[in-house]
Amino acid sequence: MSDKEKLLDFEKPILELETRIQELRSAAREGGVESLFKEISELEVKLVEAQRELTERLTAWQRTQLARHALRPGAFDLATRIFDDILELHGDRSFGDDAAINVSMANLKGREVLLLGHIKGRETNERVKHNFGMAHPEGYRKVIRLIEFAESFKKPVISLIDTPGAYPGIGAEERGQAWVIADAIEKFMKLEVPTISVVVGEGGSGGALAVGVADRVYMLENAIYSVISPEGCASILFRDAIRAPEAAAAMKITARHAESLGVIDGIIEEPPGGAHRDWDDTAKRLSERLISSLEEISKMNTNERLAKRYEKFRKIGIFHEAES
Amino acid sequence: MNWFQRVRYRSRRIAKEEAVTGLWTKCLGCETMLPKNELKDNLFVCTVCGYHHRIPARQWIKLLLDPNTFEEHDVRMISCDPLEFVDEKPYKIRLDESRAKAQERDAVITGYGDIDGRKIAISIMNFEFMGGSMGSVVGEKIARLTENATRDRRHLVIVATSGGARMQEGILSLMQMAKTVGAISKHKDSGLLSISILTDPTTGGTTASFATATNLIIAEPGALIAFAGPRVIEQTIRQKLPQGFQRSEFLLGHGQLDMVVKRNEMRKTLIRIFKFVD
Ligand SMILES: [Zn+2]
Repeated sequence: MSDKEKLLDFEKPILELETRIQELRSAAREGGVESLFKEISELEVKLVEAQRELTERLTAWQRTQLARHALRPGAFDLATRIFDDILELHGDRSFGDDAAINVSMANLKGREVLLLGHIKGRETNERVKHNFGMAHPEGYRKVIRLIEFAESFKKPVISLIDTPGAYPGIGAEERGQAWVIADAIEKFMKLEVPTISVVVGEGGSGGALAVGVADRVYMLENAIYSVISPEGCASILFRDAIRAPEAAAAMKITARHAESLGVIDGIIEEPPGGAHRDWDDTAKRLSERLISSLEEISKMNTNERLAKRYEKFRKIGIFHEAES
Repeated sequence: MNWFQRVRYRSRRIAKEEAVTGLWTKCLGCETMLPKNELKDNLFVCTVCGYHHRIPARQWIKLLLDPNTFEEHDVRMISCDPLEFVDEKPYKIRLDESRAKAQERDAVITGYGDIDGRKIAISIMNFEFMGGSMGSVVGEKIARLTENATRDRRHLVIVATSGGARMQEGILSLMQMAKTVGAISKHKDSGLLSISILTDPTTGGTTASFATATNLIIAEPGALIAFAGPRVIEQTIRQKLPQGFQRSEFLLGHGQLDMVVKRNEMRKTLIRIFKFVD
């Protein structure tokens, strides 16, 4: 499948504008016709407008589609553009090595950090190898082992989240998927080093939260963060998985909603049209946020940072206390 | 997410059979017809096969605590509808209906009480209220209870039953996992004891958070305890699940529980455990 074919329906008008601009440009180069330049600049204005509108007005489901876009940069497509000297570490020391989640030493503009992120894979064989970014218990155990390692050398931890969820399978249940997620949440809550989490694509339920408790939690503009997949919610509450778009809207899974509900600390804007339109630019925006944010949280002393981290999650929730 | 449907089906089945058979009820384990009084006297455990039928949340107060020692907390806390969530029914209406049906304000009861004279904190989830699902109220009540228990130096007992995070409160529900685990972690770090009693069924975000974050984990016999429900797994792997999969005894065999304890021995067991730590 060509990259063009991988574009979503609602992206097609932008593609058409871009194609038209390109055609006119080559015609203009050959003929040098004054009127063409005028048309080109008009179209370029239209293109910017269309891209802006696209990102402004996207529905929750359209953002879900962008978050899962076949051309979207994965966590490590971004990481390799941001970090130097990436050295992967393997294994949970007890059962296996989980390729759905990568844990690496990495250098962020001169500062050593422990980097972890889901890997979904792109081509079919890669996707199978990485289990579509759905980790088993050994993946989270590897994470727990290595964040403790980072802690003992006082290195910050940065996690890039992109997972449909923790894997629902026989082996995963047998090896304590629920137990290990609770363990990971607890360990992240108490980790004595600065921590940052960014949902870069799909933030799928417990599998995301297991590596999502941090001093600063951000989302890329078109990322989603959800208690259950739209399809899962649709099949239960709307009685049909096909109604996922309605479920996505009802659950308010977009970055803007997460921010307004007090669940995340900020949104990292994507390039016009979405992260897949420009991986380098996306990486640059992410990198800037990671650097400034890391600087900010590193200023706090450990006790203060831990207290603030606890309070941040402690406060999340909306309820009412009746008079009687 | 089979359990939702199965549970609905089950409760309908119970209701129907009760109507037909009056004083008799059929055991959900072995299908023996049992006199209702006898079943009730035996704590809803089948006298023939030992099947542990679900019991109303408030019955746990009687079962575990010394008489008249329960003091309920946060009784006025209620769910609102932060997402203005509508599926086939608006969440607000579901809440009203659940309140009427369960005669409770939300899916968890919390408070202080005594067990054998020892002052403890207890939280009991209620499956009758929207499948015991965890939204903002459940998370907040458990976090508050746990923080209070830490402050007042009380051990914590959690009786869990839950379908997981409450979808109608979206991401807020997911975040209750972090909030409750954080509170329990502080409680443990204060040298206090926390014990979870997992009952049928305990699944999803509840299992993956406070219900397994405690020092010790006990389950009732035969309880379904899972991260992903059996139907989700079947749909994912497209094969039948092994016999006894995700039941208490299976989990015990896989090293995930400290023990499986019968209902009529639960209080005694808690007292034994408290003796070890104090
Ligand atoms: Zn029976």
